[in-house]
Amino acid sequence: MKSMNRTLFYVPLAIFLVMVVYFAFGLTRDARVLPSVLINKPVPPLVLKPIEGSVRGFSTDDLKNQVTLVNVFGSWCIACKVEHPFLMELKKSNVVPIYGIDWREVNRKDGPAWLKRFGDPYTRIGDDPKSKAAIAFGVTGAPETFIVDHRGIIRYKHTGPLNYEIWRSTIGPIVDQLRRDQVKAKGTS
Amino acid sequence: MRALVVATMMGIFITVVSAVHPEFLVSPSFAVNPSEVLKDPALETRARDVSQNLRCLVCQNQSIDDSDAELARDLRLLVRERIKAGDTNTQVIDYVVSRYGDFVLLKPPFKAGTIVLWVGPVLAFIGGMIALVLYFRRRHQITVASSRRLTALSEDERKRLEKLMGDSS
Repeated sequence: MKSMNRTLFYVPLAIFLVMVVYFAFGLTRDARVLPSVLINKPVPPLVLKPIEGSVRGFSTDDLKNQVTLVNVFGSWCIACKVEHPFLMELKKSNVVPIYGIDWREVNRKDGPAWLKRFGDPYTRIGDDPKSKAAIAFGVTGAPETFIVDHRGIIRYKHTGPLNYEIWRSTIGPIVDQLRRDQVKAKGTS
Repeated sequence: MRALVVATMMGIFITVVSAVHPEFLVSPSFAVNPSEVLKDPALETRARDVSQNLRCLVCQNQSIDDSDAELARDLRLLVRERIKAGDTNTQVIDYVVSRYGDFVLLKPPFKAGTIVLWVGPVLAFIGGMIALVLYFRRRHQITVASSRRLTALSEDERKRLEKLMGDSS
C-alpha cells in the first residue's frame, strides 16, 4: 500500500510533463495556417476568365508542362501589396512563371487598376469574383501561393506574403527540385 | 434590500430588451442574406443544415451560416448552387472537405486520427469513477478498522475495568 501511494505521488508530475510537451507544440504553431489537403493532388479543373482589359485568362491545362507559382491576390488585400515588390523581382529575374488569381474584387476595375499602378508580375491572370477558384484551391485568405509541378500537381502551399527570405529557404529550393524532376521525366520519356 | 432592487431592475431590463429584440435571448442570428435564400423551402432547409455544420475559414469559431465574412458568403452560395444542382448533403460536404480538410467540419469525424478526441473523455470518466470507488472503499476499510481498534479494549484495559467495576459493587 505504501509503495502504491508513492507512485501515485508522481502522477500529477507525469500529467504536468505530458501537458508541457503538448502545449509546447500546440501553442507555438499558428492555428490560422491550415495544412492544405491539396498537397500532391492535381490542380482543380478550372477555366478562369480574363480580368477586365485583358484577353487571356487561364485554365488548369495552361499550368502543365512547366513548374509554376499560382498566386491568389486582390487589390483589397494589404498583405498582397506587401509581397508585390517581391513578385515583381521574381518576374524580372525570370525564374518561374507566376499565374495570378484575382480574388473577389469589389469592382471589376479594381484589380486591373491596382496592377497598372504597382506593376504586373503575372504571366497570366484569371478573374475570380465569386471565389470559385479560391474555394477549389482551398484558399482561406490572400495572399496564398501554390507551387505546381510540370504534371499540374500542387506540391506546396504558402500562406501569407512571400519575401526573399521565404523564397531562399523554402519556395526556391522546391521550385529547383521540381525543375530537375521535370528534366529527368523528359529524359526518360 | 438593495440587492433585491438591483435584481428586480435587471429582470425588468432583460424582459424589456428581449421583448423588443427577441434575438437577445435566442442564439446568434444567422448571416444569410435574403437574396441568397433558395426558392424551394425544402432545399433551403437542407442548405441551412449543411451550412451550420461547415466552419467559416475566416472567423474560425463560427459556421458559414453565422458568419458575415465574404468567403463564408461565397461558400453558402456554393452550397446552395450544388444542392440546387442535385447534390446530396453528403456530396456537398465531401466537396468542401476535399478542398479544406476535416477542419471545416464543426463536428470532427470519428476516425483513427480523432480517436483520442472522441474516446478520451469517456475513458477519463471511467478512470475517474474507478479511482473514486477505490478511494471510498479504502477509506471505508480504514474507518472500520480504526473504529474497531478504538472501541475494542486491550487486555490491560479490560482487567482495569473489571477491577474498577468489582470495587464499586
